[in-house]
Amino acid sequence: MSDIRKELKYLSSHEWARVEEDGTVTIGITDHAQDALGDVVFVETPEVGSRVAVGEEAGVVESVKAASDIYTLVSGEVIAVNEALQDAPETVNSSPYDDGWFFRVQPDDLSELEEALDAAEYRELLESDE
Amino acid sequence: MGNKTALYATHQAMGGKLVDFGGWDMPLHYGSQIEEHHKVRQSAGMFDVSHMTVVDVTGSDAKAYLQYLLANDVAKLDSLLGKALYSGMLNHEGGVIDDLIVYNLGDWYRVVVNCSTREKDLAWMNEVAEKFSVAITERPELAMIAVQGPEAIRIASSLVSAEQAAVIASLTIFQGLPAGDLFIGRTGYTGEDGLEIMLPSEKAPAFWQALADAGVAPCGLGARDTLRLEAGMNLYGHEMDEGVSPLAANMGWTIAWQPAERDFIGRTVLEAQKAAVSTQKLVGLVLRERGVLRAEQIVSVDGSDEKGVITSGTFSPSLGYSIALARVPRNIGSHCQVEMRGKQVTVEVVAPNFVRNGKAVI
Repeated sequence: MSDIRKELKYLSSHEWARVEEDGTVTIGITDHAQDALGDVVFVETPEVGSRVAVGEEAGVVESVKAASDIYTLVSGEVIAVNEALQDAPETVNSSPYDDGWFFRVQPDDLSELEEALDAAEYRELLESDE
Repeated sequence: MGNKTALYATHQAMGGKLVDFGGWDMPLHYGSQIEEHHKVRQSAGMFDVSHMTVVDVTGSDAKAYLQYLLANDVAKLDSLLGKALYSGMLNHEGGVIDDLIVYNLGDWYRVVVNCSTREKDLAWMNEVAEKFSVAITERPELAMIAVQGPEAIRIASSLVSAEQAAVIASLTIFQGLPAGDLFIGRTGYTGEDGLEIMLPSEKAPAFWQALADAGVAPCGLGARDTLRLEAGMNLYGHEMDEGVSPLAANMGWTIAWQPAERDFIGRTVLEAQKAAVSTQKLVGLVLRERGVLRAEQIVSVDGSDEKGVITSGTFSPSLGYSIALARVPRNIGSHCQVEMRGKQVTVEVVAPNFVRNGKAVI
């Protein structure tokens, strides 16, 4: 069974979001997603300073198996991206919730996260897919 | 629940991620297919290829039968016992029913065909055999382990009897011989030196474990695919099938046109195609920027309305960028465009061969 972190919020498309202490939101893909994709070989993150919006493509992750769009859980301005993934995309496989994060957003409205799944709902989703 | 090889429990115990492959439960990888790929290029890896179909052809007409059945000519094998040949098995329209390897074993031959095509292959081989004095015998009791990489032969030789090690030492590339209860071929599907070893199924788990203990990395189908693609080797159902001429699949070199009087299935159609230069051709594609070329992406060529298609595409772990095989119009130049995720991307056109014996060849 894949790792699901209690404190995170999730999308059914297998991204996670973490609210940081300063109120910014970090986005990445879940352990289930990295396992299903296999070895990640390229990550395309949005540019710092650009805007991302819920429901719109914010990046791409490519593995040996497939290319997959990345979605954000909150709309806002991108304030940081994980540059380390350019040279070490395999970090997404080894540390999907920590070192393998994708980008960080200054959210317009944090309440957008209420629409996302919590850990129990995400677990249920994965179990129903099996 | 699919078919299981003799190594199924071993794959599970070693952490293999098992997936369906042509009706068989086979390991995709044991953690990272890229690491497995590098092990084969740099030292040694092993693959369970027991799902492949082994067929022995015996009888007084065995040679004449295979000379009619196959586009390549088994007479090329006469000079060396155990010598192997790669060939297409064609239908009367010149399409590829399967690609295979055939070993000359004196008065009989051993043929290895794909697993996903097993039933139609056996049906075709038996149908054609009706006019010949031959027996077609499948050998499902044999398991097969491919040990591949620069250290593969050294390590495998250390785990067999002295007599079997002597047989291994005697093998030239593309030769295979029986050795005790093993059949050992110096063949493979990775672009590296190595062996494909057939053995009784009940002995496969212990031999696999011994190889692993000696440092040979268990590898799954994921690494097998990136390795064969880097080596520019075809995969049935991708680069060719019954609707594709071998001339459009970089298999022209496997068609033995001489002697002209040898009649083989598909010959008439192929001769007409060759004279008319009427087929597409298979090339290699290289994308040095970000992104991965994928099978079924559409290829556009300047000055031609005719489109091509990527037959296999992947990220090349050895090169660090994406490569592909593509069936394209014959007039293709040094570059072409590939439609990737809604955008036209310019890629380089090369010969369909990217990495051999651990080194880039493009």
